[in-house]
Amino acid sequence: MEQATSNVVVQPADRKKILGIWKVALYMAAITAFEYVLAFNMPAGTLRSAIFIGLTIWKAFYIVSEFMHLGHEVKGLMYSVVLPMMFIMWLIVALVNLEGGAIKDAKGIVDVEAPAQTEHVEKGH
Amino acid sequence: MATTATVNKKSLWGGGAAKPFKASYGKLMMWFFLLSDAFTFSGLLITYAFLRWSAPAYNGDPDAFTFSTEYWPIPEKVYNAFPGGLHGDSWALVFVGLMTFILIMSSVTMVLAVEAGHRMDKKNVVKWMLWTIIGGLAFLSCQAWEWAHFIHGTEVATIGDVVVNGRWVEGYKIFGANLSFNQYGPPAFAALFFFITGFHGFHVFSGVVLNVLIFFNAANGVYERRGHYEMVEKVGLYWHFVDLVWVFVFTFFYLI
Repeated sequence: MEQATSNVVVQPADRKKILGIWKVALYMAAITAFEYVLAFNMPAGTLRSAIFIGLTIWKAFYIVSEFMHLGHEVKGLMYSVVLPMMFIMWLIVALVNLEGGAIKDAKGIVDVEAPAQTEHVEKGH
Repeated sequence: MATTATVNKKSLWGGGAAKPFKASYGKLMMWFFLLSDAFTFSGLLITYAFLRWSAPAYNGDPDAFTFSTEYWPIPEKVYNAFPGGLHGDSWALVFVGLMTFILIMSSVTMVLAVEAGHRMDKKNVVKWMLWTIIGGLAFLSCQAWEWAHFIHGTEVATIGDVVVNGRWVEGYKIFGANLSFNQYGPPAFAALFFFITGFHGFHVFSGVVLNVLIFFNAANGVYERRGHYEMVEKVGLYWHFVDLVWVFVFTFFYLI
């Protein structure tokens, strides 16, 4: 089956295709840079976390669709991978947001407004 | 004629002429493996987010923040060191940014290797596979440094009265982190850090091993004789998946 072939034809590189790959990489670098801007200039909170998760899903879309080529596969293959993951997203929101919040309430855990006083941290070493 | 018949039979799934989803057996199975692997990582990230969501958050002034077991730490205060003894707020998240950049770049070189494979360009497949391996090794080295720094720690934290090896210790002091206690926050913080970045790091390691095998096969002309470079594509899918998981780990561990 694997007979020796000396007449392999190397096709020339398609410049447009290679530029497209680098363009996707540039988009992802830009999104990550924007995340850094937010991390240092925006107070932590639900809104910032929501933006971070949205940007992460955007980056994930680029990786899966372009790098892993799923966007160019048959629709059936695409949906058989994407649909189960969408249900997982639903599960994540349900478990983390609803159940996690319920357990926090049930245990009576409250957020802390000031640094802990009972403990101290020594600088140095 | 006889040879052609064998080749055709091998390229099928051992059934009819139609290939499900117009993809080869190996590629489809790689996709379904990655889907199941995504479930595993989802389970880990759910655990992380669930524990964090139900833990007390620190809502005070970030500048006055000190490490304590009583609330979840601010990530910028934990991951703020860079090799060479650089340490402090101005170095927050810089190192992990470098790690992210390295992994995304190695994903790009992998795409370029696959692209060269489609054109039967052995020389470029070998070249880009080598860059991908270098990127993977660089990422693993960064992670080794980060773990070492996390474990050794930078500050002594007194974490109160706890049970250590079955004994009640008052004013227990910890420097860095171990599996029971850590200077940064609740015990679950370090435990989750070790488990999730460790599990991801092990995936990267496996990916590097696979990439090395593919690199040697490509360099020795195995795929050229086979007539296609689909193996590069399949291992490429795995490698991109590792990058994909890191994008999520980066957001949940270091940003939020």
